[in-house]
Amino acid sequence: MDVALFIPCYVDQFYPRVGLATAEVLERHGVTVHFPEAQTCCGQPMANSGFFDDARPLARKMLEVFAPYEHVVCPSGSCTSMVRNHFETVLPGDPRVAGLRAKTRELCEFLHDVLRARPRGRFPHKVGLHDSCHGLRELRLGSGSERLVQAFSKMRTLLDGIDGLQLVELARADECCGFGGTFAVTEEAVSCAMGRDRIADHERAGAELIAGGDVSCLMHLEGLIRRDGKKLRVLHVAELLEEATR
Amino acid sequence: MTEHAARAAEFVKNDARLHWHDQAVWFVRNKRDIARSFVPEWEELRSLGSQIKAHTLSRLAGYLEEFERNARAAGAAVHWARDADEHNRIVHGILRENGVTRLVKSKSMLTEECHLNEYLEAHGVEVVDTDLGERIVQFRREPPSHIVMPAIHLKKEEIGELFHDKLGTPRGLADPKQLAEAARAHLREKFLAAQAGLTGVNFAIASTGGVVVCTNEGNADLGTALPPIHIACMGVEKLVPSPRELAVFLRLLARSATGQPITAYTSHFHGPRPGASMHIVIVDHGRSRILAREEYRNSLKCIRCAACLNTCPVYRRSGGHSYGVAVAGPIGSVLAPHVDPKKHADLPFASTLCGSCSDVCPVRIDLHHQLLAWRGELAAQGLVPLRKRVVSRVGRWVLARTWAYRFFGKLARIFARYVPNPWTRQRELPPMPRESFRAQWRKRVRAR
Repeated sequence: MDVALFIPCYVDQFYPRVGLATAEVLERHGVTVHFPEAQTCCGQPMANSGFFDDARPLARKMLEVFAPYEHVVCPSGSCTSMVRNHFETVLPGDPRVAGLRAKTRELCEFLHDVLRARPRGRFPHKVGLHDSCHGLRELRLGSGSERLVQAFSKMRTLLDGIDGLQLVELARADECCGFGGTFAVTEEAVSCAMGRDRIADHERAGAELIAGGDVSCLMHLEGLIRRDGKKLRVLHVAELLEEATR
Repeated sequence: MTEHAARAAEFVKNDARLHWHDQAVWFVRNKRDIARSFVPEWEELRSLGSQIKAHTLSRLAGYLEEFERNARAAGAAVHWARDADEHNRIVHGILRENGVTRLVKSKSMLTEECHLNEYLEAHGVEVVDTDLGERIVQFRREPPSHIVMPAIHLKKEEIGELFHDKLGTPRGLADPKQLAEAARAHLREKFLAAQAGLTGVNFAIASTGGVVVCTNEGNADLGTALPPIHIACMGVEKLVPSPRELAVFLRLLARSATGQPITAYTSHFHGPRPGASMHIVIVDHGRSRILAREEYRNSLKCIRCAACLNTCPVYRRSGGHSYGVAVAGPIGSVLAPHVDPKKHADLPFASTLCGSCSDVCPVRIDLHHQLLAWRGELAAQGLVPLRKRVVSRVGRWVLARTWAYRFFGKLARIFARYVPNPWTRQRELPPMPRESFRAQWRKRVRAR
């Protein structure tokens, strides 16, 4: 199976190891991974700030770059949701949007739904899962605490077969970390208060690590952890899976 | 900094208070979770509520006329108000005609929205809010900070102080039960002296012409049972077709609002009681403008349960007053720009778009998508800061060109740590890698 990697711009520039781990995990599941080099950014920062017109050429570029591929996989719930749920708003009436939408999946979603992967491995750590909001509520990677539906979490299911991995229970299972794109800067006070509360919840639960599916949230949390001199580490779920199944 | 951000930053400064507020409000979200877990068909009920509202809104004019006919037939007078100003004038007119100078009110977010209290006081009417929380904020001459719990931002010690000043309770009294008792005695006097009672309306039933008011304190009942005049003020969106549909909303409302299966009092008013008069004031105040806009129409489904406030991580950490409007939180941020987009341009940005509000909403309003839609509209109208616009434009130029993206990406990795950056006021930047993913990928492919 051939898969095109959609690597968010900030992952490409600031967290290359997450991109590499994503490729590695996919390859271990027998997938041939491609990285179309013309890709840049999906336009989410602009669209989320209301500048749909500025996001438009970037969305168009995405449509062109990924047109030749059958599957597009991205290690970010937020950027995946941009393609799946918001390209329609940015490019109303463009018939190519539906095509890209149908074949673009977040990494855990792809492993869980398409490859039906159940990785086996070992990761002897106490881990807190940070469910990033867009993955959770816009892609429905999990049931979420608000809705009264059969509980599920694709990320948890993927981690089921990892020996030694102990998932801690948080007091607030899926509260937002406060990153929120430009919100992190324009509403810095609330953003950082939210992040610190999220970190404290993990600390109280006894986590050594915060694992999540979105580097943006993790970058925000890691920034606070390091500034405050805390011991916690953050890890993208791709890195966790890569290390566990090495 | 936007107004919301500035007020929120003030709120965040007091760390102990911030966390007390966050926990107090989260407690209610938690109660809601427990209450709804006893209703296995909860999600179906939400869909039903949403569909009934959609249907009613799609035939709103017809239902309003049906309601008016039936309310008149039941003996109520019906008044129509185009906006807040007309609403205030109508209410004052009724009071003036009947020589009323002492009015008791039960909770009504609509009258908060219309600033009725200030208007009536300026015209010599004594207005007493009889909901305990409302009375507290009225004593303090400040707006409510929450739809359902108007004084949730205050601690019992502060209320003790306030009651000592206003009601003469012993200094230092902070026992909620004793404070409530003092308020009760004070309000009883006001109820007995009132010449008219005003209530809000939770639901208006088209097929019967009746209105329904939900309270926990029974103050709407006392306020309408004692004085000879009852004025009920409602927005046009409060309509439900018949009592059958009402049942769906009564099951949703209290569970979503406070985690109760139902409010302590659900009072139905079908015309005035014998010897009394009843007036119903139906207010538009921008609602028909919202109705005309498909992308925002859903927001008129709101039943003012405040579940979106309770779940909102930003509301809980910035307080209701940071929004600067009567209805705070996600729903307030969606509604306020319809009234004045320029003044409230900051509100759609006072959110991380986490989407918890949309999932908690008992009538499935797509709140976080409406916030995003507003961002787009405000940007298109030029109502966002120029600095943001410029950053977005530059970003677009760079990101549309792969070579420019690679070049500036590299610059960022090398120089980011030396450049003053709002990110780093409270956070570290990630350690910058020497090479981007794409550079490393290229090597990896070549090595094979």
